Amino acid sequence: MKRFKIKLMILVLGVILVVGVLFSPLLVFPGDRDPGSGEETKAAGNQQENIQVPPPPFSEDIFPCSECHAEQEPNPRRRELEMHEDIVLKHAEQNRWCLDCHDAENRDMLHMADGELVDFKESYRLCGQCHGPKLRDWRAGIHGRRTGSWSGQKRYLLCAHCHDPHSPKFKKLKPEPPPVKPGRIRQ
Amino acid sequence: MKTKKDIKVPQDEAASTGSEETNQKLLRGVQGGGFLEKSPPGRRRQEKKLSRRDFLKTAGGAAGMVLLAQCGSKEAREEFLQRNFRSLSKEEIEQVIKRLEAEYLKKYGKKFTVSAKGPIDGTLFAYALDISRCIGCRRCVYGCVEENNLSRDPQTHWIQVLEMEDEKGIDFVHSNLYYEHDEVPHEGHFYLPVACQQCKNPPCVKSCPVGATWMEPDGIVVVDYNWCIGCRCCMAACPYGARHFNWGKPNVPIEKMNTNTHFLGNRPRYKGVVEKCTFCIQRVREGLYPKCVEVCPTGSRKFGNLLDPDSEISYILKNKRVLILKEDLNTQPKFFYFFGN
Repeated sequence: MKRFKIKLMILVLGVILVVGVLFSPLLVFPGDRDPGSGEETKAAGNQQENIQVPPPPFSEDIFPCSECHAEQEPNPRRRELEMHEDIVLKHAEQNRWCLDCHDAENRDMLHMADGELVDFKESYRLCGQCHGPKLRDWRAGIHGRRTGSWSGQKRYLLCAHCHDPHSPKFKKLKPEPPPVKPGRIRQ
Repeated sequence: MKTKKDIKVPQDEAASTGSEETNQKLLRGVQGGGFLEKSPPGRRRQEKKLSRRDFLKTAGGAAGMVLLAQCGSKEAREEFLQRNFRSLSKEEIEQVIKRLEAEYLKKYGKKFTVSAKGPIDGTLFAYALDISRCIGCRRCVYGCVEENNLSRDPQTHWIQVLEMEDEKGIDFVHSNLYYEHDEVPHEGHFYLPVACQQCKNPPCVKSCPVGATWMEPDGIVVVDYNWCIGCRCCMAACPYGARHFNWGKPNVPIEKMNTNTHFLGNRPRYKGVVEKCTFCIQRVREGLYPKCVEVCPTGSRKFGNLLDPDSEISYILKNKRVLILKEDLNTQPKFFYFFGN
């Protein structure tokens, strides 16, 4: 009898141990999360806002930036660039230089004024720091181009899809041909 | 000689044997007044007139039926006899659509779908255009042409982009429809695209003598191209120049034909009928944006449901400075212009 009781206790303890080991990842408290998983929560926030955007309009073969920049020492000085000559900064250029938006530590991210990292997919948050009313209109679907359905899920474009972030003024376009004047209509 | 005698025989017989009444009857029968056997002889003149009219009516009707039956196909007859779209039953609409689809397949060698989808409950469509952003590139004009099968030559454009001077403001008299620049926006100018304003109180509908145009429950003013007689009263009544007449046979390259059509919208039109913007009825009743909204590179064009308080259009009316064109005419457009800045 005694032996049987001991065996039973061992079995029960064993089961508790196994269950504990299996479910231990669930017991981590929210505060214990490592800072790297912040991106995920923000992506979830993006979904909560119901904003779906196509991928950012990078120039060809330019992303990820860290591919070249990982080995380079960040240089915050205003200077003539040796690379990226195509970029002409015309966006409050007196008050701004590369690393005011691009992050010096994590080269594949942008950062807000308070240092919070922002993915390129959410760059509208960065733009909205200065262009608040535009961001408000854009969220409501008023600023920016709309495609798809007037009743269903809205499809958004990023600010950068229409405005070059380095020179954001909307570019002039060649107009389509004018209509034929009535006098020249045949038939 | 023999035949003459044969004819004469009954007359002689009647004269000799019958009463006076039968005699007269027979006489009239011979003279061609056979319809009016019971009438007294004093009213004969008048009756003769009536008989002529009756004759013409009957003969004309019969001739018409014979002509209709002999000339043209069964389809042509059905098209000729087709009633106003609004008075057709569901089954009749189905028949008409079947006929049209077969006709288009034969004519263009392409499978068309002609929808007759009705309005969606709880919708009243409205449009808003941001004057502060439109750059006058005319992408909308040609987007519309392709989507709605507009005639290329002779040319029809449902959207007209007017170039106006900053200093003059909205001034139709001095606006320019035919501007040509290398790049737009042109210095010192702004642009005002005008298409059908989808009035709540549409003068075109009031002026149509045959009821070939009307406002649908979702606010879209449409035309039944089969019922339109081409009198162009609606064009005279429209203060926005939004209605367009097919002076010639509409001409669309077959490879450019949009086969996704609606009976009241972009199906191929006939020569001699009036057409107009329908907010792309074939798209919006499926929940899509009108084509011009999608092709506008500046995002100046906004579309939505006025009855939905969360729609883009409601947001604009609530938060932006809005104007309508020719407000004093009480046409009550559902097409708003606003300043997004």
